[in-house]
Amino acid sequence: MELTSRETWTLIHGLILGSLFLLAFAGGLAGLYSFRAELVTPEGIRERLFRLRVGVTGMAVLAWATVITGTWVVYPWYRESLAGKTLEACKGLQAPNDKCSPKDFLLSNASGQTSNWHEFGMEWKEHIAWIAPMLATPAAFLVLYYGRNLVADRRLRMIVLVLFVGAFATAAIAGLFGALITKAAPVR
Amino acid sequence: MSIETTSSAGVRQPVPTEGPRPFGPAAAVMLAAGAGVFVLGLLTTLAEASTGIKDGLQWNDRVGPLSGKTVIAACVFFCAWAVLAVAMRRSDPPWKPVVYATGALVALGLLMTFPTFFEAFAPE
Repeated sequence: MELTSRETWTLIHGLILGSLFLLAFAGGLAGLYSFRAELVTPEGIRERLFRLRVGVTGMAVLAWATVITGTWVVYPWYRESLAGKTLEACKGLQAPNDKCSPKDFLLSNASGQTSNWHEFGMEWKEHIAWIAPMLATPAAFLVLYYGRNLVADRRLRMIVLVLFVGAFATAAIAGLFGALITKAAPVR
Repeated sequence: MSIETTSSAGVRQPVPTEGPRPFGPAAAVMLAAGAGVFVLGLLTTLAEASTGIKDGLQWNDRVGPLSGKTVIAACVFFCAWAVLAVAMRRSDPPWKPVVYATGALVALGLLMTFPTFFEAFAPE
């Protein structure tokens, strides 16, 4: 059982950073939704606020780390042009190799109709993913800035929740396409 | 300023809040996020429409045009946040226009990153 350097980075990007982000979202959503005066005791506010601050800040940091490693470390391996313009080197293959990158492999349709995975899936994923940290950061800032005031102000809580859910939704679309594209054409 | 909650023993108890906070700093980060997302979408569509712009955004050959698009969008977000945070640090703008403007910018940015949309601008 061995992982190449590329597989390790893909794992760090998608499975570790990406999954932690999605996990932090679940905890943060539950914490935010129930952060109301009628649902929490004074002790509960103190304890929950600390967890909320750590959770949303962690979520924003994880979102930045995920898109930076995705774009600058993993994506170049995905998109390198190895098979030339005709994609001849991909013919007959069942998976990408050192002569046919994942992008070449998908565009060649060597193992079925796969070009849409790149032309729609990857094209959308590589852009929409960057929206997640830009929405997670304001959500984190609002929680840090307003703190206990969020308990009393439903309007502020709703703004944070919308930003929070928006960050999750964009990350989930990117993560879903990432997983499906990796299944069709893994980076090795 | 305080809020009233019920303690675990069932007694109503006031809990101090952080004190009134102006909406300016919150508006600054929200509008900056909207601007960052909008610029990301705009660059994505412009790069599809013009080969010159696409080549100009290729700041790193391994990453391709995505390098320029994402660095510019992230810079717009952080720079706009810094500038607006200074400009609005003590102001208390009405929240509705800020929320609507942020929502519109994010929605437009999202639309312009959608392949079916930006591919419509590709040259024949």
